[in-house]
Amino acid sequence: MKRAIAALPVLIVLVFGAFFLWGLNPDRDPNAIPSVLISQPAPEFDLPAVEGVGVPGLSRDNLFGNSDPVVVNVFASWCVPCRAEHAVLTRMVERDGVRLFGINYKDKPEDARGWLEKLGNPYERIGSDLNGRAGIEWGISGVPETFIVAGDGTVLYRYVGPVVGAEAEEKFATALAQARTRNGANS
Amino acid sequence: MKWKTLAVAVMLAALPFAAGAVEPDEILDDPALEARAREISKDLRCVVCQNQDIDSSNAGVARDLRLLVRERLVAGDTDAEVIEYVRARYGDYVLLKPPFKPETYALWLAPALLVLFGVGTVIVVLRSSRKRQVAERLSEEDERLVAEILAAEKEGRS
Repeated sequence: MKRAIAALPVLIVLVFGAFFLWGLNPDRDPNAIPSVLISQPAPEFDLPAVEGVGVPGLSRDNLFGNSDPVVVNVFASWCVPCRAEHAVLTRMVERDGVRLFGINYKDKPEDARGWLEKLGNPYERIGSDLNGRAGIEWGISGVPETFIVAGDGTVLYRYVGPVVGAEAEEKFATALAQARTRNGANS
Repeated sequence: MKWKTLAVAVMLAALPFAAGAVEPDEILDDPALEARAREISKDLRCVVCQNQDIDSSNAGVARDLRLLVRERLVAGDTDAEVIEYVRARYGDYVLLKPPFKPETYALWLAPALLVLFGVGTVIVVLRSSRKRQVAERLSEEDERLVAEILAAEKEGRS
């Protein structure tokens, strides 16, 4: 009994030490919100096209029955980081042959049109989410956010914030590669 | 006359606190529904400015969620259904009061366990200190030894 009590401080130190090791890990982002969508089928939404852009709108049905995983990017012309991310997304489409869908979040159609004309349009489809309701269905907390959706419509990955910079791009590329192997295994 | 000025001053001073983040165009016509919406909003976390409820947050998403809550209420949802609707999209994280389930047992039960542990420690410490006080009498073995020594001394002296 005495010996057991003597071991208690050591045990307490171990428990607290492990807790601090986890809590003070510089790679841990305490603001990260776990997404409920991961491994779930894509949420219900149906968005019309942005007028005058020339690509069709986006709905849930477009995310099902694809042969490859697709990337769904939530963007807006008023969002400054989106501008930086635009170049990365364009490169992904042109170099890696990624299929990119867009959700134009709370953006005026004419602003979105001007933005895409100036920077180029890498999106295969763009849904116009004027009131942000589709954004809520996707559980976004802001723009930009980027999702990887498997060919069978399962949401595999969510990236909050712009996919800009070597570290972020590598993270995203890894997730995309994993999604592709998963897709290959399934079909 | 003076108290009137004072009353007006107090009301004006309280105005910023009463206003909050809920904008006039969001407020429902039905005061009962609006009151329910306010209560629900106080339990939902704003996902942008975390640690703030959506009722007091000025963030765009918070406003969208407030409108959504009111829309669901008007559609006839119960309070629990509204909260479940938001939770299905944003996860448990959106609830300011975490639910009681296996993943949160440690969170909810840790305080009670710590109290039990503390009480247990106190009891053990008190018991053992009382035992030490009781041990004022010598054991039979010691008693016999002392008697022998005393007897030997007596013999030596006489």
